[in-house]
Amino acid sequence: HLATSLPLPSERDHLRPRIDLIVFMIDIKSKYSLKNVEASLAYVDASFFLGKVCFLVTGVGRVNYCSVEMNAIWKLGEVYCSPVLFCELELEGIRVTTAQRLLRMLEICAGHVPGVSALSFSLLMRNSAND
Amino acid sequence: KENADHQITAFLLHKQWTLYSVTPLYRFSNARLRDYARLLSAFIAAEKQKGLAVEVGVELDIKVAVSSLPDLKGSDRDQAAILVQLSSRSPASPKNSEEKLIWSGLFCCVSGDDLSENMPEDFTCLPLFLTNGAESYTSIVGSWFQKTFDCCFRRLAISPLNLSWMAAMWTGCKVDKTASAMELVFSVPCLPQPLDISYAIHPEDAKALWDTVQKTPGEITQEEVDVFMDCLYSHFHRHFKIHLSATKLVKVSTAIASAHCDGIIKFLQSQYLTGVLMLLTELAISQIQ
Repeated sequence: HLATSLPLPSERDHLRPRIDLIVFMIDIKSKYSLKNVEASLAYVDASFFLGKVCFLVTGVGRVNYCSVEMNAIWKLGEVYCSPVLFCELELEGIRVTTAQRLLRMLEICAGHVPGVSALSFSLLMRNSAND
Repeated sequence: KENADHQITAFLLHKQWTLYSVTPLYRFSNARLRDYARLLSAFIAAEKQKGLAVEVGVELDIKVAVSSLPDLKGSDRDQAAILVQLSSRSPASPKNSEEKLIWSGLFCCVSGDDLSENMPEDFTCLPLFLTNGAESYTSIVGSWFQKTFDCCFRRLAISPLNLSWMAAMWTGCKVDKTASAMELVFSVPCLPQPLDISYAIHPEDAKALWDTVQKTPGEITQEEVDVFMDCLYSHFHRHFKIHLSATKLVKVSTAIASAHCDGIIKFLQSQYLTGVLMLLTELAISQIQ
């Protein structure tokens, strides 16, 4: 399900399936997208931050179009204890790889991978990012 | 020395300069400038023979001058700036008629310690290249330097982040005479036809805003720049219901200087000339590294 911001409209609450993973997309070319994500985060229940949230930064291929400062994004990942992924949507190869990664994360968050919980996986991702 | 400074400054001000980053020059010598001028002149003549006509029709006699500007630097560790000038004189006109300056290129390094620190002896660090004049001459001069000194030129791109820094920094600068309005130009993405938004702010209002944001005079943080820009964006949104933060900042004009994201600069205030060159040197160095 794709939404431009949170909260999701309440009218469809009863029809909505369980949400296993929330991917917040930040376009590095748009400061507005960062502000939007920051505002939307306030509407997410705390339990999601135990491995069911991740940040996806797009548009990273073109450094010259950078309107968002990287430190702000790292800080966001730290404050919300969630991993930060990077991708360039315009390149098909990277787009496909990123989609596969997200799908794998979703499988784990939905509990379909035995032995790996959403929380342990997100800790693994954050630790490897810090290296 | 004062007079020389004035001349250089007057030469740099109020002209549109295109910016490039240059990797260190191999075996460049300040003592051989006359030789370089001669070699470059021969190269240009050869290119013209090859049919790379730079001026259609008119047969121009191009004279090359390469000089050193020892005072154009930030710290003592910086290399002296190198100025390349192309002048033309029509062969039909008498020998002592005026030569017209048709192209200028300036290699400089203002406080470029980050780059020159660990540089081996044979390399000269002049990471910032400014040109004024026809693009065709820029590419000929560039090719000669690339061939002769094994260096690499790249157009210097200025990101919206860096442009915001310039907007904040330059707004804080004191100017004697009445400052011109601050202008920010934004390009709106994802539209079938290109759309530019120009946002003009009264210089005193801009300065007043910046003064409330900046906590320590002489120091600027990313946070302060963000707050400054956010205030400008919210003000605009209140009036026009447009989120400038979703667009791309492409040009910043203040009384100090004006800068465009494609790497074009215009210096407008002599007292801040070195300061702006220092900032541009930093950008050039980070583009190289």
